[in-house]
Amino acid sequence: MISKEYTILAPEGIHARPATALVRLVKKFKSGISLKKGEKMIQLNSMLNILALSTKGGDRVSVVIDGEDEDEAALALDVFFKDLIA
Amino acid sequence: MTTTKEPRRIGGIGVSPGIAIGPAFVMRREVVAVTGITLTNAAEVAAEIGRFDEAVSQSVAEVEALIAGLTDAGNDEGLDILETQTEFLTDPQLRNDVVQRIEEQFRTAHDALVGVTDALVQLFLNMDDAYMRARHADVRDAGDRILRHLGGRAQQTRTYPEGCIIIADDLSPSDTIALDLTRVAGFATQMGGKTSHAAIVAKARGIPAVVGCGPLLDGIKEGEWLVLDGQAGELVLHPDDATTDSYREKQQHFAEEIAWLKSLRDVPAVTKDGCAVQLLANISEPADLDQAFENGGEGVGLLRTELLFLGRDSLPDEEEQFEFYQKIALKAGKRPVTIRTIDIGGDKEAPYLGLAKEENPFLGYRAIRICLDRTDIFNTQLRAILRASAFGNFKIMFPMIGSVQEIRAAKVVLQEVRRELAQEGVLFDAQMQTGIMIEIPAAAVIADLLAKEVDFFSIGTNDLIQYTLAVDRMNDQVAALYDGFHPAVLRLIVRVIEEAHRAGIHVGMCGELAGDPHATRLLLGMGLREFSMSAVSIPRIKQQVRETTLTEAQCIFEAAKGLDSADEIRAICKSVN
Repeated sequence: MISKEYTILAPEGIHARPATALVRLVKKFKSGISLKKGEKMIQLNSMLNILALSTKGGDRVSVVIDGEDEDEAALALDVFFKDLIA
Repeated sequence: MTTTKEPRRIGGIGVSPGIAIGPAFVMRREVVAVTGITLTNAAEVAAEIGRFDEAVSQSVAEVEALIAGLTDAGNDEGLDILETQTEFLTDPQLRNDVVQRIEEQFRTAHDALVGVTDALVQLFLNMDDAYMRARHADVRDAGDRILRHLGGRAQQTRTYPEGCIIIADDLSPSDTIALDLTRVAGFATQMGGKTSHAAIVAKARGIPAVVGCGPLLDGIKEGEWLVLDGQAGELVLHPDDATTDSYREKQQHFAEEIAWLKSLRDVPAVTKDGCAVQLLANISEPADLDQAFENGGEGVGLLRTELLFLGRDSLPDEEEQFEFYQKIALKAGKRPVTIRTIDIGGDKEAPYLGLAKEENPFLGYRAIRICLDRTDIFNTQLRAILRASAFGNFKIMFPMIGSVQEIRAAKVVLQEVRRELAQEGVLFDAQMQTGIMIEIPAAAVIADLLAKEVDFFSIGTNDLIQYTLAVDRMNDQVAALYDGFHPAVLRLIVRVIEEAHRAGIHVGMCGELAGDPHATRLLLGMGLREFSMSAVSIPRIKQQVRETTLTEAQCIFEAAKGLDSADEIRAICKSVN
């Protein structure tokens, strides 16, 4: 299992467009991938769940990846989050 | 018998400026009812789940066909909406919830979906964030599309007349794509706010729109003539000729203004002979940034922080201030933002500070003088600013500095706060530049001494003028004596610019003189390269910069030096070549 923490720097948080890209990215992997914000934890394969988490700029989140292709998934998500926070 | 109807005004929230004049085209969302049918056996349950999955695939196919159509037309924004909608349609959480209702409550696919969609819509409507609240429309939209397929109905389209004004309860993302927006003159919706889908699309496409008009819109019938003012947030139903004419004039004026602004927004502020100037905006809150950037501001030359402190009963705590600054940092990104620490005195409404009413508040206990005395207030603000500095490109600036000792004292406090934060392991921008406002004549006179202490100067002309000339411009009897072109004021400005250059530090101007188009060439000639002003002034100043040469600006400055009155100097500045 891999867990990595990020700070969302995009002021509006994860909006619909990046959320769409994120869900699509997550669906490419076999690993279970979830996002944790505070006490809340959601599966990252659902738009509804990502939006319902209502992430805002400045929020600390952690991505938890568990499965056979977790290394690969972690790498891809790292690139995604670096992009999102740039 | 036909009667001439009286003009009637309906108010709403103007979300996209511009004037539309045309006939109403009324769109209403079908209301979907629950059937209440209960399934009786496992076979029916399986069949309903199958029907749901089938309706989802048909919906996805429909959206993909729309996407294919859009890709040809190059409509990127519509594409985003549709791509997002396919994810809503195939969302595993949505399917989970629907299947659960079918299996456990023996609902039909239709009823299960209506129930799930309603619950999700409520969930989004209850969110704090306006953007997220507005996403209820996307959920509703996806739900409606699947429902249509469950009922065996494909999407229906109606033709509408060119140049019509759409009247709707709300516009769903799909509506805005299905609509050929080039044929729509404007739209008005009953529901929605500034971040509703209708508002976003209207703004992106430059279509005048008013949202949140409420139930009064129900009274509008198809084909009735309307005027819509997207700036004022108003509709006029049955406008008479005089009203229509005045709006046509406004419409024309608006089109010209937009064309003019557009022509200036993305072009650089560079003189004809290649001298680049930085044009920045003066702002008071995060929302002001939109206008700053729309007008071509390259950043913020003055962020006033008073708004945080006024009109309330207690001091804003560190967290509240941090959020305010962070919002600005995130929104501005890499663009520079100069934050001025509080500039409050006895003339402002902040009862919790316990400031005494003073005879002479502008010469009294205010700004940095309060901060150096009440270090609790100062510390909190500095901590919040420094913490937020990690998220953007901040500079910090102290107002009302009149002596070297004051800036040194302020720097000691700042250094102490930095040390504290570093010890706590809190991130901040260690390179953040420190500067001062030059607004007290004493500061201008000792600019050479002050330049050794800071990274930049920002000339605050409003106070500099009133202190130099000893004129209260709010006092009608002497207001005429308040004049930025007075030789004494100009000499002080020149001195500040020259001393900054000599010391190799930055110098900008953030007072009203920076936004006065008559002063632009003179200030350029003096060597000023950074102007900060209210956002709306930026295009005009940029135009001034682009139409002159540095040589011309220097000539004007040379000529102004020999003159002994404000009027003569102003006349030279207004002269054309």
